[in-house]
Formats: sequence, C-alpha cells, structure tokens
Amino acid sequence: MLIFELSRPGRRSAAQAPLQVGVASELPDRQLRRKSPRLPEVSELDVVRHYTRLSQRNYSIDTHFYPLGSCTMKYNPRACNAAALLPQFTDRHPAAPDDTGQGFLACLFELQEMLKSVTGMAQVSLAPMAGAQGEFAGVAMIRAYHDSRGDTQRREILVPDAAHGTNPASAVMCGYLVREIATDADGNVELAALKAAVGPRTAGLMLTNPSTLGVFEHSILEIERIVHEAGGLLYYDGANLNAILGMVKPDDMGFDVIHINLHKTFSTPHGGGGPGAGPVGANAKLAPFLPLPLVAGSDGEYRLLAEADRPLSIGRLGAHLGNAGVLLRAFVYMRMLGAEGMRRVAEFSTLNANYLMEELRRAGFEVAFPRRRASHEFILTLWHLKDETGVTAMDVAKRLLDKGFHAPTAYFPLLVPECLLIEPTETESKQTLDAFVAAMKEILAEARSRPQLLKTAPHATPVRRLDEVKAARELDLAWKPR
Amino acid sequence: MLAAIGVDSIEALFDEIPRELRGGTLAGVPAALSEMEIARLMHGRAERDGHWLNFIGAGAYEHHIPAAVWQIATRGEFYSAYTPYQAEASQGTLQLLYEYQTMIASLTGLEVSNASLYDGASALAEAVLMAVRCHKSARRVLVPASVHPVWRRVVRTLVRNQGIEVVEVPYNAASGHTDLDALARYAGRDHAALVIPQPNFFGVLEPVDELTDWAHAAGALAIAAVNPIALALLRPPGEWGGGGADIVVGDGQPLGVPLASGGPYCGFMACRRDWVRQMPGRIVGATVDAEGRPGYTLTLQAREQHIRRAKATSNICTNQGLMVAAVAIHLALLGPEGMTRVARACHANTLKLVSGLTAIRGVTRAFSGALFHEAVLRLPVPVAPVLRALEGQGLLGGLDLRQDFPELGHALLVCATETKTDADLAGYAGHLARILGKRSRPAASAHRRRT
Repeated sequence: MLIFELSRPGRRSAAQAPLQVGVASELPDRQLRRKSPRLPEVSELDVVRHYTRLSQRNYSIDTHFYPLGSCTMKYNPRACNAAALLPQFTDRHPAAPDDTGQGFLACLFELQEMLKSVTGMAQVSLAPMAGAQGEFAGVAMIRAYHDSRGDTQRREILVPDAAHGTNPASAVMCGYLVREIATDADGNVELAALKAAVGPRTAGLMLTNPSTLGVFEHSILEIERIVHEAGGLLYYDGANLNAILGMVKPDDMGFDVIHINLHKTFSTPHGGGGPGAGPVGANAKLAPFLPLPLVAGSDGEYRLLAEADRPLSIGRLGAHLGNAGVLLRAFVYMRMLGAEGMRRVAEFSTLNANYLMEELRRAGFEVAFPRRRASHEFILTLWHLKDETGVTAMDVAKRLLDKGFHAPTAYFPLLVPECLLIEPTETESKQTLDAFVAAMKEILAEARSRPQLLKTAPHATPVRRLDEVKAARELDLAWKPR
Repeated sequence: MLAAIGVDSIEALFDEIPRELRGGTLAGVPAALSEMEIARLMHGRAERDGHWLNFIGAGAYEHHIPAAVWQIATRGEFYSAYTPYQAEASQGTLQLLYEYQTMIASLTGLEVSNASLYDGASALAEAVLMAVRCHKSARRVLVPASVHPVWRRVVRTLVRNQGIEVVEVPYNAASGHTDLDALARYAGRDHAALVIPQPNFFGVLEPVDELTDWAHAAGALAIAAVNPIALALLRPPGEWGGGGADIVVGDGQPLGVPLASGGPYCGFMACRRDWVRQMPGRIVGATVDAEGRPGYTLTLQAREQHIRRAKATSNICTNQGLMVAAVAIHLALLGPEGMTRVARACHANTLKLVSGLTAIRGVTRAFSGALFHEAVLRLPVPVAPVLRALEGQGLLGGLDLRQDFPELGHALLVCATETKTDADLAGYAGHLARILGKRSRPAASAHRRRT
C-alpha cells in the first residue's frame, strides 16, 4: 500500500500547518498554480503508522548483522546523534554570523585538528558532502596545482582496476582521462604496469590502501616513488581508513591529498543512502587549493575562511559549509574514542576480519587472496562452487537474507569472479561472527543438496527476488491513480 | 580468535604493513571521554550558541517541522540501513523513495524525479552538466545574476574542469528579475541551457513563461531552480511557457530538514521523461517480485558510477538518503492543504514585515517585482553595524548583500516564514526604528537608486 492509496479528500493533520495564514498577497494571478500537487491527504496517525511499517521492511544495523564489504557498516553510538540534534545546533542558520556559533565552530575546528593528526596532513577542509565529492575536490586540487605551475600537459589520472567506480568518475568530472592499472595475483598494484603508464602526462594516481581487495599494498613506498618521480601526485581514497586508524598515516605513505569517508569511519549511520561527509586533507604543497570554507581558530575564537582568505582555493562544493550534522557526530565519536580507542578500532576490525576469513575457509569457502592477511575485509570467490553447482554469488547473497543476515557486497571488485566482499567491522562480537559462519556452512550444504532453493532465494523477505528487467524496460518512476 | 587465525597477537595481523610506516602517534587526539562527559561538553557548547530570532533566508529557511518527522526518520531501520542495493532487504527505503519521487514530480509538474542529490547548489551544477549532455553541441550555459551567488560559484567549481563556460545574465535594476532586454544579446549563439530561478535570490518572481520560451526558441534547455514551498502557490515549472522547463532542481531543506548550520540538506531534481537516462543519482522504479507482488528497486543503474565508472552521468554515490525520508514524511504530514497554508503564511508574513520595516524613514524596497517570502530592503546607512545592533537584541536581521551585490548600496535581504508571529514582526520593526533613529544622517542622501 502506497501513502497515496491511503489518501482521502479533505483528510489532514490540521495541527501541522499554520492556523492563521493572512490574506495579503502580491502574487500575480498568471503566476498562480491552478491544480494542487498530488500529495497524500492523510492524518498524522496514517503517516506515523505507514512509515513505521515501511521501516520494518528494511534490514539495518540495528536489526541485522551487515557484513557489507567496503561499506564499514558498524554500530554508531547513539550519543553522537543526540549531541548533533541539540536544538541550538539544529536551529542555527548557516548564514548566521560566526560570533553566534562559537560553540559549533569550536567542534569543527577541533575535528579538523583531530583529522590532521589521524592522517598526518597539513590542513583539512570539511566542506565535501560525501566521499565522492571529496574525491572530486582532491582531484580538482591536483589539477589546480599542476595548472598553477603551467604544467598543463598532465591530463591523465591513473586508477587501479580494482578501484571504486567513483574514482574514475570523479577524475572524468575534473576533465581528466583515466588509465586503469592492472592488479597482480596477490591483489597488489602491478608495478610493471604502473611504470609503463606513468610519464609526463600523468597528473596523479588514485589509490585506496588497504585496497578494495581487502589487502594492504606492500609496495606502497615503491608506488609513491614511481609516481612522484614522474611528476605526478598521489591521491588517497580514505574509504578503508577504518582498518589502519592510529596504525599508519596516509602522509607517511607519501600521499599528497586525501579524502575521508567520515560518516562510515566516524559514526554517522548510512541512513539508507546518506548523508555522508568527505573531508579532504592535503600536505603543505596542496593545502592552498583546499575547498571552502575552512575553520580558522586562534585564542579560542573561530571563524570561517572565505575566498578572500584563500585565493587559490578550488572554490565551493555546496551552498553552505558541508554536512554540518555529520561533522558534529564525527567530533563526538572521536572524542569518545580518544587515541587509544582509535587504535582499537583498527585492531578489532582487523581481528574480526581475519577470524571470519579463517573460519569461512575452514568451512569450505575459497578465499580470493589466500596468501594474504585480511585487512578489515576480505574476498571469497565462488567460481568453483558455481562450476560445481550452478549457484552464484548472488544466490548465496540472497539466501543469507533468509538466514537473518544482510548480504555481503557481491560482484565488487569487478576483477574477482563470483565474489563476495565481507567486512564484519569492529563492533560485532565473536558470537555474531560464529552465527554467520554457521549460516554460510548451511548455505554451502544447500548449494550441493538443494541448489534450486538458493536460485530462488530469498524466501523469507517481505518480497521475493524482483524483476529488475521489467523495472528498467517499463519505467514506472512515479505513482499514478488507476 | 587469535588461535583460530594462527597468530599469537593482534599486532601480528599487521605484519604485511612495512615496519617503517607503523607506530605513528595521535598527538592531536585527546584522551577518551565517557558519554556523560561528552554530553556535558556538547550541551555547554550548544548553550553558548544560544537561541536567536532569525530573519535570514537566502537559500535556507526556518520552518516548523512536525515532531513525527524526525522521530520516524531516525528509527534505526531507516537510520542505520545501507543504500538499497539489496532490494529484498530494503523495501521500506525503496518504497519511501518511490513515494518521494512521486511527490517531487507532482510538485514540479515534471514526469520523473531522482531520489536525491547533495543540496540545491550542487544539484544546479549537475543540471548544467546534464543539459550539456542532452544538448550535445553547446558547452555554454546562461546563469542569471539573480541566482543565489554561492550557487553560481558552486556551479563554476563543479563544471569548470569540463570546459563548460558559465555566462552571467544581468538582472533588471528596477524590477529585480532577469532582464529580458539584456537576454536578447545572447540570441543566436549556441547555449545548452538557461537557468531560471523562481523565486530568485532577491525573493522576486521571474517572468518564467517568457524566459522558458526564450530558451526553447534559442535551442537551449530551460533549467528551473525553485523553492519547493513556493511551488504550493506558484505554477509548477512543467507548465512554464509553451513547453515547460526541461529540468527542475532545488534544495529540499524547507521540507522538513532543520537549518543546522547548513547541512545535511538534500537536493532534488526532476526532468522530462526524455532526459531520464542523462539524470545523475539514484532512481527507484516499481516492478514485481517472483510471485507477482508489487515491489521497488533501484533502476537505470547503468547511468551510475558503480556500473559505468568513467562513463557515468556523475560520480555521485552516497548522498542524502535520510533527508529524503524526512522530506517524504514531512510532505505527507502537510498534504496539499498544509503546504498551501505554509506558503501563504510565509508570503503574508514577509509582506507584513516589509510593510513594517519600510514604514521607517529611509528604508525602502529595492525592487518593484512581486516577491514570495524574501525581500531586498535598502537602508539609509551601512548594513553591517545595523545587523550587529540587532544581534544585541537577540535578533538576526537578515543578510548583508554588500559583498555579493555592492551595486545595490546598503542592501539587506530579509525573510519571514510562517514561524514568525505578529509580535516578532513588530519587534523587528521597533528595534530597527530605534537603531536607525540613533544614527544622525540625512535620509535622502543614502537613498540612491541605480538604474
């Protein structure tokens, strides 16, 4: 049932709208709307019940284990949300003068400082509203840097073939050509391919480390040397920062500019698709190009820096200062963790991933990079299982839903066939991991005894497998009354 | 667990990381706080910032948000779910997004809506990029100076590196809307799109029919940048001119999202069905499951970065899902009648505020064009010290336009939404009269109008 189907003419939640609306108007008649928008006419109870019931048709961290590789679906303390929703913070207008928001700006300034410490970068801007916007900002900074030196023939960005799709897409938005670099059998960037690709046209390399394959690039220092010697810059995609918090800093690995997926590492739940935040950090060379605004602080007074303060900045990415509420949540979370807690995040997420990988291997699953340690995540490949039983990674993922687990990431990275990318995160207990292993064991047995059960899974969810071809061919993107 | 892995310490699990890279300190991160301690710290900082009576609009608007909106939106099942790639495990979010798309399509009068973008400014930039893809030959777009100045800057930042030229169209100094005569000088050149703000940054209504028709006659797309509350009263962009706007964008913040120092908000985008394959962002479609029951799924994913990589319509991935949940719930709670009442109250309150303030000697309306819920006022003295004095009375009096529009003189952008009472409006006028009364100046000399 859609909310529109609950609608009855004239029904409304009268208390939600102004009782007195005034009569004055200077709107010209020819500009006026003739027909009301199609919004539902329902009571407050209708709305509350409808959307509460809808919510119950979701899997979520609060209800299910969510081992979704590359997404860091960990539990986020409720205290972060409570603090960000304090009325003085939620009511503050973005254009209110800095002197009316010193408490708020203090949090942002201190967040910048903590992120500098965690990454080793010289300066951090909190402006990007998501990881992909952070990527755009970082690559635009690389371009602005080269352009500022008159080095305008550098028009290529190198991206490993295992990278997130956002990497090549962000590079293209910055006007670059993308060259993909192959991966070797152990999941590392192929150094020979990298050496062959770099040259005077190289603007930079975008790299995630630990990589999207769930392994740490052994040769990061060699990679750094190759790219820098060719005059290129090194971009760090902070998607997997959770795995190395307090252990290794992107600056020590030689990166010039980075973004952090602040929401996933630092405690804003995913919200069914956001909001996120993608702060960018840069070393001294690239810092002048950081996006606006930045928060400056001295003697306990804070202010937002603008164009006049930062003439080389690449500019603004959104109407205001970024996803402020997400930034506040991150500040609260980082203060609750402290330095020790941050290292514990890296330790326990790595411990959980390696334990789960080992137990699944023992249960009969094939690990994609068997000679490697897992970072905070790892990949299973069901290539041989598919040969043997016809059961695919998708079938296993769907069957997990029946067993009360959210599915791992399936078919990413693209270069590992029939893969499941599994990230347990640091907040899950051994008992939860063991229950997941037991479910995976059952599924493996089912694949051999009753493969059809998996091919038609899920069976226990609110709907069964959906017809995606129909959705794309017979586009129905908005409800119409029958 | 360590025994199962076959190592004797957690440290051993990091043995693939070169030793010289390990062991940095986190000197800048203070020691851990308990929940009680951080709560106390945050309450203290929040109290320091205090409460203000706010008359600033300028792209972010204070509206009443029903209690039910965020109580439901922050339910763990919405709040802690991932992007709905696994459709069978995400029907709640997917159906909500489909309902949201329906509401936005209807509000804007276009056929299809996506499921969200970051905010209004970046949505406008995405619309410009989309128009260039749709148009195929032109790489130049017309953006009136009456569009929010920060939105214009954001557009430049986001499209510049793809060799797209942004051309500014002046506004008419008397009316405050885009100058149709000035537009004539751009005719005959190849433009991908004309952006049409409604209402514009000054709060003034644009001649949207003429502008839309002009764009279409020039072979350009018409991109509407609208305030969603205004659409309760104003003709939807899909009905502008002879053919209607092609793409509509705006910020969803006024629909249930708190001001919160600027974010998170959400951008919306709707378009004609012909252009849907050029749209950025997630799109949800209705379909059926294996048993023929209705269900919802992300669709047309071949536009997106996780499938198409370097050839995607945008790099956008995670954006503002939860804010869209709030918008859908908010719109359902208001319904068509509630939306109209909010819009009418905003309009009436702003007229009342303007009439109260312009009754003060030397304060005038800067533009003759009809306004919706914001107005540019001219003061007889520089704006900044006046705003500071109002702050002393607990009041944020509006936005000083000195930096972005120096040609307007002592110009102040004010806004009064439905949240303001008659006493609030009268209070502002009283404070302003006292503040201006204290300043000795001949009223007429500062009262200059540039035409």
